[in-house]
Amino acid sequence: MAMAWLWTGMVILSLIFGFLTGNISLLGNAALEGATAAVELCISMAGIMCLWTGVMEIMNQCGLSALLARAFRPLLKRLLPETCRSEETLATISANLSANMLGLGNAATPLGIRAARAMACGCRGVASDELCLLVVLNTASIQLLPTTVAGVRSAIGCAEPFDILPAVWLASLLSVSAGLLSAKLFARFWKD
Amino acid sequence: MSLTTLVVPVILCFTACFAMRRRVDVYSALTKGAEEGLTVLLHILPSLIGLLTAVSMFRASGAMEFLGALLAPALDVLGIPAETAPLLFIRPISGSGALAVGSEIMETYGADSYIGRVAAVMLGSSETTFYTIAIYYGSAGIVKTRYTIPAALCADLVMFWASAFAVRLFMGT
Repeated sequence: MAMAWLWTGMVILSLIFGFLTGNISLLGNAALEGATAAVELCISMAGIMCLWTGVMEIMNQCGLSALLARAFRPLLKRLLPETCRSEETLATISANLSANMLGLGNAATPLGIRAARAMACGCRGVASDELCLLVVLNTASIQLLPTTVAGVRSAIGCAEPFDILPAVWLASLLSVSAGLLSAKLFARFWKD
Repeated sequence: MSLTTLVVPVILCFTACFAMRRRVDVYSALTKGAEEGLTVLLHILPSLIGLLTAVSMFRASGAMEFLGALLAPALDVLGIPAETAPLLFIRPISGSGALAVGSEIMETYGADSYIGRVAAVMLGSSETTFYTIAIYYGSAGIVKTRYTIPAALCADLVMFWASAFAVRLFMGT
């Protein structure tokens, strides 16, 4: 429902602003152009996106993502000591994070849900500190190759769609650290 | 030539060689994955049509600029370009909405402009916060989310600031 409100709100605001600024005559054309632009965007980014989902599938099948998952284990053991007593949950979470890093959203979400279910067992609907941390990690995930954005950029005519990579890595690293830090801080002071 | 121009060919070559060594049928995996990509696109196209229609009207009516101007003083302090203001609202709520707003910003200001790059980095370095929280807690049966939302929003806020900062640092304005 949130999207319904947002969409309707944007259309109503556009009409009001159109009247106020005298741009009302432009609105009809703008709406039609927007719809056309959506299809054009999808078609022109389809090549890049499908190529990368293909490459990600190869990485998945040949065990590259499993290798990455193994690299996460020591870090996770420190971050989530309680949860990682169960070998199975540890394996699920590291697979979840590595799938997220590779941009395999479809593979990452079911894994994350399985881990969250295991962690929520017996806590009667209240999120534990470690579960909060897992969800925050997932909302601020680091993506090694932001392929969708690269697709959009090349569709718009960017010379080097991947030249933003260093900036993306730094920004998401800072964001994940901020998420971790604030979760740890909140865990100490949160009263409920 | 920069190092990032090598990213694509090197990844393609490395992945293919690694997979061949592990005796994976590289080509059929590639096409299977590409087919999945097509279904993803097919799923986002309808919402992209709806959202880009609204975003395009929003821009044409002058409301988009007004929103930017309204937030400009606060965003200036953080060094975030005011033109990306609409993205700050929609990024945590809707993934395809953010894609629509972001691509419209890149189209308007140019993909290789400072503003276009900041918008791209914002899109690339975050997840749809509320959707992720809803899906994880919903399926785990959690009703008390405690400090998850404030902590996740802290991460988002830092991400917005860091995107502008990182683009300035690596690519200039």
